[in-house]
Amino acid sequence: MSGAPIRLTYREAMRAALREALQRDPRVFLMGEDVGRYGGCYAVSKGLLEEFGAERVRDTPLSESAFVGAGIGAALGGMRPIVEIMTVNFSLLALDQIVNNAATILHMSGGQFSIPLVIRMTTGAGRQLAAQHSHSFEGWYAHIPGIKVLTPATLEDARGMLWSALEDPDPVLIFEHGALYNMEGEIAAVAGAVDIASAAVRRGGSDVSLITYGGTLWKTLQAAEELAGAGISAEVVDLRVLRPLDTPTLLASVERTHRAVIIDEGWRSGGIAAEISARITEGVFYSLDAPVARVCSAEVPMPYAKHLEEAALPQVPAIVAAARNLVTGRG
Amino acid sequence: MSRARNSALLSREQAVARLRDMLRIRRLEETCMELYSAGKIRGFLHLYIGEEAVAVGALRALTADDAVVATYREHGHALVRGVSMGAIMAEMFGKMEGCSRGRGGSMHLFDAATRFYGGNAIVGGGLPLAVGLALADKMQGRTRVTACFFGEGAVAEGEFHECMNLAALWNLPVLFCCENNLYAMGTALARSESETDLALKAASFAMPAWPVDGMDVVAVEDAAMRAALAVRAGGGPCFLEFRTYRFRPHSAFDPELYRSKQEVEEWKQRDPIATFTARLREQNLVDDGALAILEGEVAREIEAATAFAEAGHLEPVEDLTRFVYSERKKDGRSP
Repeated sequence: MSGAPIRLTYREAMRAALREALQRDPRVFLMGEDVGRYGGCYAVSKGLLEEFGAERVRDTPLSESAFVGAGIGAALGGMRPIVEIMTVNFSLLALDQIVNNAATILHMSGGQFSIPLVIRMTTGAGRQLAAQHSHSFEGWYAHIPGIKVLTPATLEDARGMLWSALEDPDPVLIFEHGALYNMEGEIAAVAGAVDIASAAVRRGGSDVSLITYGGTLWKTLQAAEELAGAGISAEVVDLRVLRPLDTPTLLASVERTHRAVIIDEGWRSGGIAAEISARITEGVFYSLDAPVARVCSAEVPMPYAKHLEEAALPQVPAIVAAARNLVTGRG
Repeated sequence: MSRARNSALLSREQAVARLRDMLRIRRLEETCMELYSAGKIRGFLHLYIGEEAVAVGALRALTADDAVVATYREHGHALVRGVSMGAIMAEMFGKMEGCSRGRGGSMHLFDAATRFYGGNAIVGGGLPLAVGLALADKMQGRTRVTACFFGEGAVAEGEFHECMNLAALWNLPVLFCCENNLYAMGTALARSESETDLALKAASFAMPAWPVDGMDVVAVEDAAMRAALAVRAGGGPCFLEFRTYRFRPHSAFDPELYRSKQEVEEWKQRDPIATFTARLREQNLVDDGALAILEGEVAREIEAATAFAEAGHLEPVEDLTRFVYSERKKDGRSP
């Protein structure tokens, strides 16, 4: 086994993480709609049924509430379930189980019953799937105490977060951005587990902090590159974890740059970007040289037509413009 | 197998044990209602009075290794399952010594020692948990049963249908115990279900299902023993519809506008404690003296439980946010 880099996609990184988890711990199993014979609706679990069998790669009926709740029960019963929900919009059919059971039972039982459950789902837009397959509800979930919310944006996180999530004694939700599955790159062949507690500075800078996560990380890095061409040094912070938020890393970045733009594929009103903005004003208000800015999705259900979908989503020019306005004082 | 096919086959000791458990639930809850009026217990208080035969009979079919998932009307189930009356009472008082440390209250009794998984107050929400607990047992090669109690109101929820299907499809060891007390809060079964034969509905999921007289502790126990035996043997889930009746309002806030006093009185003629006591008297298994002794024992247990709850401690407010996430030990591992 060498540490030489290997080339793979985000999808393959996820699959490698699943395979490794199934190999390492006999209590781990994967269940969800079409995870087995079909190979996963985004082909993440392709081949795992053949390798691990139908008991551990378990196709479920279209019963989100039942199989998510069964994941909770199986976790209570000593297993380490990984439940896959096809897409974030479908997770709303299991919201009762996630919010009323997974997030509450430890507390309601006075600390007696923890729920070591991992729920994975696809989130985000960009594939012309319209208003019932494209939303970004990870910010909503981040509102709920009792669960943890992960948003892997890099290949390292796609491969490393799952094992850390499985080792966590509490329910962890992993949001995989659908537009990232085909992203290809190199990572170390022996890359291991990663922490699921901290944000990461993906690019250093001194003029403005661009704070984002998930699918918009790459657009934000592209915007930072364009800003550099215009003489603006942008720092890019990848939140990685939406609950619990790594507030110290955020605030430290804004203290360095004195300006912040939050880029979030969720809607602006009541979203995670609003929460981050509030934490910045609560924590480092007197370090700010400009008001906090947000680049979020337009407040419409996601439209199908390509040009409308693109217009609804945060895009590089909007991120660049928001940052420029803060730095040049024309905001 | 049927060790209790009718009360004529019960020994004096067996008969008194069943009567004692029903009385413990009834008297405990009567006391709870008084303590509620006195302001010692707050929140919602859902009494099980009238339905005692179901929990007492059905839980006798379980072993200590089995699991129980119950609803917000679960004082009786917790008590019969083995949670101490003191811990139940302290929970309702909101004390640290309560079985959920005062975090749950009347609707959320939990107890790891007796594998009592709540205390679920979303109608139908406990069914997926039961399916998952049974799935874990099956995957780990254990022959345990998970008993899942829910009211007939749950039958209208989508989760009921999803879970019945999943349990049957995967041949999971779940004993579904439907407590049909005819009213989902104030909505009568006939006003909410196109098909009111619940066993028939359940049978459509390809699992054994039958109705049981839920006012007769012996009939309940007999049915539960048969069903649990089949479930434990690997035959997949079973569904029992216990036909019963709640004598008290839905909760302490219910003015009972939806049913007649006459209907309530008619059901009270079938009171599971009164009818069982009468049968035992006929068979000379109990007499006035034995009943007085029994009532005295139960009264002392309640007195001790109430004193335990009164003497309990309030959790320090500094501990408010504990148990949102698991507490890790110093070595970084979770407990």
